[in-house]
Amino acid sequence: MRAGVALLLLPLAGCTGAQSALDPQGSVAQRLGALFWLFVAVLGLIWLAVLLVLAVALRRRAVSAAPSGERRAGRVVTAATLATALVVAGLTLASYRATHGLSDDAAAPLVVQLRGYQWWWQVTYPGPGGGLVTANEIRLPAGRAARIELSAADVIHSFWVPNLAGKQDMIPGRDNALTLTPLTPGRYRAQCAEFCGLQHAHMALMVVVEPPEDFAAWMAAQRATPAAPADPELAWGRRLLEEKACGACHALRGSRAAGQLGPDLTHLASRDTLAAGMLPMTPGSIAAWIADPQQIKPGNAMPRVELAPDELRALTAYLASLR
Amino acid sequence: MSAQPALPTAAEEAALARAWSRRPGFWGALAAVDHKVIGRRYIATAFVFLLLGGLAALAMRWQLATPEARWLTPDLYNQLFTTHGTSMMFLFAVPVMEAMGVYLLPLMLGTRNIAFPRLNAFSYWIYLAGGLLLWGSLLIDMAPDVGWFAYVPLAGPQYGAGKRADIWAQMVTFTELAALAVAISIVATVFKQRAPGMALDRMPLFAWAMLVTAFAIILAMPAVMIGSTAMILDRLVGTHFYNPAEGGDVLLWQHLFWFFGHPEVYIIFLPAVGMISTMLPTFCRRPVFGYLPLVLALVGTGILAFGLWVHHMFTTGLPRLGESFFTASSMAIAVPSGLQIFCWLATLWRAEPRPGDLTRTPMLFIIGFFATFILGGMTGVMVAAVPLDTQLHDSYFVVAHFHYVLVGGAVFPLIGALYYWFPKFTGRRLSEARGRWVAGLLILGFNLTFFPMHWLGLAGMPRRVYTYPPEMGWAGVNLFVSASALLLAAGFLLLLVDVALSLRRGAPAGDNPWDAGTLEWATSSPPPPYNFAALPVVRTAAPLWDGNGPLPVATGLATDRREVLLTTVLAASPETREPSPEDSIWPFWAALATTALLIGSIFTPWAVVWGAIPTTAALVAWFWPKTAEEDR
Repeated sequence: MRAGVALLLLPLAGCTGAQSALDPQGSVAQRLGALFWLFVAVLGLIWLAVLLVLAVALRRRAVSAAPSGERRAGRVVTAATLATALVVAGLTLASYRATHGLSDDAAAPLVVQLRGYQWWWQVTYPGPGGGLVTANEIRLPAGRAARIELSAADVIHSFWVPNLAGKQDMIPGRDNALTLTPLTPGRYRAQCAEFCGLQHAHMALMVVVEPPEDFAAWMAAQRATPAAPADPELAWGRRLLEEKACGACHALRGSRAAGQLGPDLTHLASRDTLAAGMLPMTPGSIAAWIADPQQIKPGNAMPRVELAPDELRALTAYLASLR
Repeated sequence: MSAQPALPTAAEEAALARAWSRRPGFWGALAAVDHKVIGRRYIATAFVFLLLGGLAALAMRWQLATPEARWLTPDLYNQLFTTHGTSMMFLFAVPVMEAMGVYLLPLMLGTRNIAFPRLNAFSYWIYLAGGLLLWGSLLIDMAPDVGWFAYVPLAGPQYGAGKRADIWAQMVTFTELAALAVAISIVATVFKQRAPGMALDRMPLFAWAMLVTAFAIILAMPAVMIGSTAMILDRLVGTHFYNPAEGGDVLLWQHLFWFFGHPEVYIIFLPAVGMISTMLPTFCRRPVFGYLPLVLALVGTGILAFGLWVHHMFTTGLPRLGESFFTASSMAIAVPSGLQIFCWLATLWRAEPRPGDLTRTPMLFIIGFFATFILGGMTGVMVAAVPLDTQLHDSYFVVAHFHYVLVGGAVFPLIGALYYWFPKFTGRRLSEARGRWVAGLLILGFNLTFFPMHWLGLAGMPRRVYTYPPEMGWAGVNLFVSASALLLAAGFLLLLVDVALSLRRGAPAGDNPWDAGTLEWATSSPPPPYNFAALPVVRTAAPLWDGNGPLPVATGLATDRREVLLTTVLAASPETREPSPEDSIWPFWAALATTALLIGSIFTPWAVVWGAIPTTAALVAWFWPKTAEEDR
């Protein structure tokens, strides 16, 4: 037991993880963190007190059989039960108060639509012309409330970015939403929290919180449609994307690839990670992924497409240029 | 019928033995309906499933010991965690608790067999078939891979490919059918077969706990059977109960499942509470403190258990006001739990033990229960709060929480109870020396394994992931957890060794090795097939502690055929003599036919039609009316 307690405290010393409820960087998560430590303090004290009474009871050996002793014990048990009821009622009230803070109330939040697929995330910033569609990464301006609208395309998923807020499920046939306000710029990892099949473990999402001006710049860059490349290898890569199977599932604005089944590729290389958080976004990762997606993430929907080595090189170079 | 110490003659005892013994040989074994035989089989089988589930857990811990390990494929990992959870909940925890009741209740209540003994035998065969179905499917790589709560649409026709989810759903039907059959037997036994004079307020608390548990089973299990049947219908004949595209609702499944699933936790926990309330007085050498509050706490918990299910669904987006109601009810259940703990502490505080009583192996497990279960209860209060649950739900924090509650709250008392009642089951004692090591290894190993998981959950690790990236910072703690799991496994291994050695070489127990006060200790160890040569008559809650010399007995039951005494529900006044069923092979055949029907229905709905024919035939043979021997 004691070793366990020490073990709990040890990692707390350096908890600045990218995905941790112990390091709240959003308004909702901060309120939840405060409530959590209140519960830990109250309940931990009660636990210690009960064990202390147990230890004393096991050691003590002078018991009078007098009925007065039974009556006194009866009074103590009654009092302890009443105290339990009071503590529980107090914690329930604290919980109710915090329930109001589970979702920020904002007049004009930034709306982001998040749709869960096996095993990746489609991200839409609504706007004219279908809005801006991207995948596996959300960017948010620090200090502004964001309303994340949650839906699921296939099975139940759950959106959980512990540094910023508690989780909310994404359920087929239902519309859920969560409003949170990120406070500190940084990169926060989110992960699907509802078991969703074979690659549930590899369904992550980066939430990048930026100063508002950086966010605006990112948004402008994302809205731009990539021009057809002049470099012959890149141009060949783009042709391959359109002519091989890629375009059947993936869309790339401004090209003939307009599939709707997989992640949008328009600004693929601007994202932190590939394959929903599995690989860092490098040309090497892109090439490895295209060469054998089933080896890297068994069971995912992307088939292996036969490419000659120089075709793979050209396609990779083109995708890596989509910043 | 009179209450007088008229002990039966040797000739009468020989007649009783002839009337109640099971027939020899293989077919005799299959036809047995003695509650002790069925109870022993049930307990042994449940422990086999515990060990198998534990092995599955060790395999998972091996995989999780290092980040991005490729030792298990995600497919096999998903089968393993589903089989682990399903096996522990449906094949170990609930059945073993019911089995302890099946074995002990007739002895504690002073009767010769359980009510509906053939139904009880049928239940065991059905349970065994369900367990073999699940573990057999793992052997052929067809085990369910959708989690023990099998959420749709992942378990539905569109995303749950193959027959895996069907096997899960039918396994549920098997185990719930078995559980319902035992629950009905228990309710009837407790209400109608208590020894004369054992009014409800003199009944051992274990019997109260089993009574409340049996009612909870009867009320909770139908929900999951309906739910899983609707799932099979969706999958097999194309209904749309859970398909939102056709007007169905995926949350309907979650409501049905958790309306069963939450009471299930108390179905496992309440018998353990009853065991503690029965063992503790023996070692404290005094009646339990607060019998009436303890009974009220049991009943209160049983009722509240049905008002909590939505706390498993706090993140699904239900209206916040409704969720708040379930926060209040979930937290409120801490009050009866607290009351029980305070009564036990008062029992200990005012104990009059003999030297060494409070450090016997069963007591060590009760002490382990206090430390572990109460911590699980505390984290239970945390996950009951909607705001906190949004962070903790579906993370490793919850994995830690429910293992603390179920292992600390149910498995530790159960193993204590095994040490306590093993002498009665077998006539031999388990080793106290090895028992200390078992208790130490299990309690320490458990806490070292599961306590760090609280931190893993807070650090963002979701449950049911087959691996995790190295950069998450979870690797060190996961390695520690996996190593500690070996310690826990060593504890179970030593328990197995102790049982195996003690079965052959344990010290002879005698009738009442602990000097306990309840009726099961009034007969020999192991008890004869008829339990009691003469039915005891009861005047207090601890009849063997009356200090009035030998127990008074009731006479008048037939000795040459099976008869039990029925008594009134409240006061247990003698009412009538009732024939108790003879051994019969037909429950076995009926279970076999039902098994064929249920397994066949995984593949074709026509199995229900054709399978009904042999099932009906077996039931007709089972219930074929016979002239009562008395009337011949």
